[in-house]
Parts: sequence; C-alpha cells; structure tokens
Amino acid sequence: MAMQMLPPDWPGNFWAHWAIFAVAVLVFVLLMVIVFIWFERRAMAVMQARLGPNRAGPFGLLQSVADALKILIKEDIIPARSDKLVHWLAPVVAFVPALLIFAVIPFRGGAILADLNIGILYIVAISSVTTVGIFMAGWSSNNKYSTLGAMRQVASVVSYEIPVVLSLVGVILLAGSLSMQQIVAAQDIPFILLQPLGFLLFFTGALAEINRAPFDLTEADSELVAGYMTEYSGMKFGLFFLAEYAEALAISAIVTTIFLGGWRGPLLPDWLWFLVKVFIVFFVIVWIRTTVPRLRIDQLMALAWKFLFPLALLNLLITAIEILVWPAVSLWVFVPINIAIAIVLVVLWSRFFKLGWGKVEV
Amino acid sequence: METTKEIVINTEPFVVNFGPAHPSTHGVFRMRMTLDGEVIVDMEPVFGYLHRGIEKLAEERTYTQVIPLTDRLDYLASMSNNLAYCLAVEKLAGIPVPERADYIRVIIAELQRIASHLCAVGFFLNDCGAFMTPVLYMLRERERILDLFDMVCGQRLTYNYMRVGGVSQDVPDEFIPAVAKFIGEMPGWLDEYERLLKENEILLARAKGVGILPKELAINIGASGPVLRASGVQWDVRKADPYSIYDRFEFDVPVGTAGDCYDRYRVRVEEMRQSLRILRQAIKDLPGGGEVRSEVPHLIRPPVGEAYGHLEGPRGELGFYLVSDGSIAPYRFHVRAPTFINLTALADMMRGWKIADAIIVFGSIDICMGEVDR
Repeated sequence: MAMQMLPPDWPGNFWAHWAIFAVAVLVFVLLMVIVFIWFERRAMAVMQARLGPNRAGPFGLLQSVADALKILIKEDIIPARSDKLVHWLAPVVAFVPALLIFAVIPFRGGAILADLNIGILYIVAISSVTTVGIFMAGWSSNNKYSTLGAMRQVASVVSYEIPVVLSLVGVILLAGSLSMQQIVAAQDIPFILLQPLGFLLFFTGALAEINRAPFDLTEADSELVAGYMTEYSGMKFGLFFLAEYAEALAISAIVTTIFLGGWRGPLLPDWLWFLVKVFIVFFVIVWIRTTVPRLRIDQLMALAWKFLFPLALLNLLITAIEILVWPAVSLWVFVPINIAIAIVLVVLWSRFFKLGWGKVEV
Repeated sequence: METTKEIVINTEPFVVNFGPAHPSTHGVFRMRMTLDGEVIVDMEPVFGYLHRGIEKLAEERTYTQVIPLTDRLDYLASMSNNLAYCLAVEKLAGIPVPERADYIRVIIAELQRIASHLCAVGFFLNDCGAFMTPVLYMLRERERILDLFDMVCGQRLTYNYMRVGGVSQDVPDEFIPAVAKFIGEMPGWLDEYERLLKENEILLARAKGVGILPKELAINIGASGPVLRASGVQWDVRKADPYSIYDRFEFDVPVGTAGDCYDRYRVRVEEMRQSLRILRQAIKDLPGGGEVRSEVPHLIRPPVGEAYGHLEGPRGELGFYLVSDGSIAPYRFHVRAPTFINLTALADMMRGWKIADAIIVFGSIDICMGEVDR
C-alpha cells in the first residue's frame, strides 16, 4: 500500500507527500546547481592561480543568480532553417531526465521521493535519455559544429553505457537489491572499499556520461566552439547549462549513494553527511577537469571498449565468485583483496592496450 | 548457405569553416576543412582577415618611424621584431652598435623568447583540452617578463624599445637584479610545468605521433624555428649566422626526432632553458655604463642598396628585407614572416587526422596572425 510506504515523520496524505517532496527536490536541485556553479568556478580559480567570481554578493556567491537573470532577459535566437519544434524541445528533453534521477536518491534515512525496487535500473534507463536531447539539439540547430558534437555524443554513449552498467552490477550483487535505500542500508562497509575497481570504472564512465573533462568531447570548446549548444541562447542555453550541472549533481549523488555509503556516517546529522559527500565527489570532478587534457573521440571509444568493458566484466566475475564461494566470511576480508585486485588489473590492463587508431589514409 | 552481402554506406564529405571567429584559431585564421565524418580529407587555409598593409605603410615612413609598425607584426614577440628590423637598417646603413646596447638587446630578446614560448606552450596545451590551467600558470610567468619590459620601456605589449644603432634608453638600475631574480626562479617554474603535464598519459596519446612534419618537407617548404628543429634539422640563425653578439654565448640548439606535435612542444620547453642559459651569461658579462645608442641622425638616409637582416625569433627566422633609394623612407619593405611560411605545411600535417588533432597540430605551429597577415 502506498500509504504505508510513507515515512512516519512526513505530513499529509499520499498526494500531499508527493507534491511536497517533488517541490522540495526541485528546489534542492536548483539551489544546488547555483551553489555548484559557484563552487566549481571558485575551486577552479584556486587551482588556476586566479580569483574567480568575487564581486556579486559575499565571496561572489550571487554570481550564478546574476548570470541566471542575464540569461533570462537575453534574446532567444533560433537559427534560420532549423527544425524549430525539435530545437525548442531539445533543452527540455535534456533537462528533465537529470531532474528525474533525484526521485530515487535517498537524501537521508527515509527521505526519498520514490523508493523504487528497481532504483539503479531506473537511473541507468533515465540518464541515457539526456543523450536524445543532446542529439536533438545538435540535429535541429542546422550547424555543423552542433551536428559534430551530437554525433560524438551518440558515438560515445554507445561505448561507455555498457561498462557503466556492468560496473554497477557488482554493487547490486553485494547489496542484494536494486533499491537505493537497500543499497545504502547494506553499506556497513562503504562499497568503494569493497568495489574499488567498480568505483573507478563507474566514475570514469560517469564522467563521460555527464560530458566532463577529460571526456567533454561533445562541447569541446577548443574544437567545436560549444558543441551541440553552439546555436542556443537565452533561457534555452540556460536549460542546457542547468541540465549539465544537474547531471553533475546527480552523478555526485549517485556515487555518494552507491559507493560512499549515502547518508550514513558518524557524528554529523545524516543529511549533512550526504551533502558533504556530494561536495567531495563534485570536487574530484572539478579537480580532474582542471588537470587533464581531453581525449579524442576514437580514444574515448577505445578506452571504453578495450579498457572499461573487459575490466567491468572481470570485476563482475570476481565479485560473483567471492559472494558465491565465501558467503559466510565477513566482508572486511574482501577489502584488501579487492583493492589489490583492482590495482593489479588496472596496471596490467593499461600495459595491454593502446589508445586510438591514429591516422587514416585519405 | 547464406551469401554475405557487402554493405556499402555512402558518406559524403562536407565542408566546415573553422574560423575566422573560432576559439582556437589563435586570431582570425580560417581553415576550410573538408571532412569525412571526423576525419580531415583536405584543408585549405584562408588568410588575410588581419591584413593592415604594414609593408606599404612602412614605405611611407622614415626608418625610425617604422619601428612601432614592427611591434604590430608579431605582437607576442614585439621586441624580436624591433630587433630584426633594426639589424636590417644597421646592415643597410652601416651603423655600429655600442657593446652595452648589444648585451641589452640579447637580454631583452631572450626574455622575449621565453615570454613567447610560454604563450605557445600554454595555448598548445589548452588546445589539447587541458582546460585553461597550464596557460594560466604560464601567463603568470609571462606577466613577470612583461613587468621587466615595463621597467625598461614603460610598455607591456608594443614596446618600441629598440632603435637603429642601439636601444632607446639605458635599462634602469633595478632591471638587472630583477632579471637575475627571474632567472633564478624560472627553472623551478619550468620544472613545475613539466611535472604537471610532460608525462601525462592523455597528452602523450594526443600529441605523440600526431601531425608529423617530415624532415625533407620541413626543409623544402622553408620552415624555421621550433617547427623545423622538431623535425630533426639542426638549424638556428643564432648559430648558423650569428647576428648581434650571439657568437659570444654558449648554448645548445635542442632538436626533436619525430617532428610530431609532442616534439614541437618539447623543443620549445628546452629552448626556454637554453634562453635562461644565455641570459645568465649575458648578465654576467654586461659592461657597466657607457653609451647604449650610437650617434645616428634623426633622418637616416642609407646609401642606395638593399639589405636583409634576420634573426632567430621565437617562431622562426624573422627577416626584414629593405631596399633603399637614398631617401629617408625605405623604397621597399618586406617581412619574411616565419609563421606564414610554417603554415604552408599545415595541410600536409593535418590530412588524415581528426578534427581534434587538427586543432593541436595548428596550435603546435604557434602562429601569430598579426605576422601572418601583416
């Protein structure tokens, strides 16, 4: 019964619960996006020997608000001979899935909009829809840069989706459930320790999923100007921007939930633990962005197929064997074993394969 | 038995205009690329968006008035341009240069080379997709060199410092200690950049073996500077035809082996180290006091004839060809712009690579549109 699924400390009937929680999630996402943009710009500024936004509000905290206002009052330009309906629809298609992911994120014990028993599957299914939005944007813009960016996105999504999903299966085996709540509940040991290889694979794939460096090929600013959003302006561009950061937030929240023990932690209140972990994950994403150069599209595909994919399969195999053969052993035993396996596999495999194919004869 | 049928997908090459307004065309360069998917089938460079007619303008000015025009050629290495032009006029009119001025010129020119290479390497890494971090680090050090130039001439971009027969004014007393301090700290900064990206796996994958310029082609097109040396040709005007007082200094000419983007990047970094070596010697030997500018009439009237003055600029052999008809203005003024000539190899280096490679091949040539279009 739906009513019985309600956590006891939440008010109202079934529909009130949904309404309140949906609005709360929306506000949370929008606020966090604003904070994330500020956080990224300041963190990058510190790493790049400059100041970053520091004029609007204390420590430049209101910079994103000012940017949002500016974007809202800008002219909305639709390129000539573009597919107007698709052009209009694309930002929505790109943004909505990023928002939908938060339905299954447990923000604290019991604080989850919909505790689906297929939580992870839902995330995997929903997050891929963003690609459709990006391809729609690239296709409808009637711009070659946009089309190239969109083509890159579709080509890479085929490559990294599989390892991303496979690397999650190990976690599912350990937790014995697809529900995000159950996964958090199962993490007496954070899964990052039990599944170090799975974590690395998922995180790498996730960076590609949200188009973050070193896999930001779709909008590679030094190559494709702005990729699929070259022709967007005003609030439509704002929506893409929002979607990008909402996805970054979603990935941070997913990594937190699945690998870092979600809201669980000593001393601090559980919602604060969740936020702290989300910010740590996002900081790592920003850190990577400021550090490494970008991969080429064929190199990304080679990485996904030749490196991530076999390792994800191996990881699944090893995890399954461990669970089948030694079901009674305390999981702590597996922590050093799995970390050692992860290090050996990553080092070995990186010797085996070569990135990319190089020159094509024309 | 099923017969296997070969499926042929007909794809059509399409043309993309990269530039003239594009974030990584380093100015207003335009490349008409014919692409087959991501692969570059052909590339045609389009020049001229920054043409200002500097060569013609120079023919309407006196020899000294031309110096500010040379600032506007390669605006990332204005001092080298000043020097190259002054060398040409001195050759044409037979004007001697005081020893102290020669040393100051060498110090300034080598500082300028470091500043320019910092830009080149930084923006090359930025083109590789290392989001702004390397370039901002390197601009931080370039800033210090600009401060040094600010000290000697009060300018930060277009210096107008060199004069025919010397330099416009002596360096202030605090300049040499400031340079010494910079020389002391710069190797540490260079090591820091090397630690950050030299062995980076992604950079190696992106730049090694990409955009190879074969030795023969490099010589045939007349390439010069780091682009030529990365292809394995040991040729540096400072060694081959020592101008000014470069024969007094000890330094090596770093050369690459493969002629790929990575080698061009390495050659530039090594050249910065060699420049620091020259600077160390120059500061040690700098004669104190004395004139920094020989007696030159306000209106120089060189004898009828022609002269070609050249030097090893940061981007290659920068030459000025002057023809005098005995009047106060050059009859003909021609610039041998190194990057313009280096660019002629661009299409050969790009063909068959992907768009992403095209950007870094282009970045590794390190052009400056002010010089290419003149």
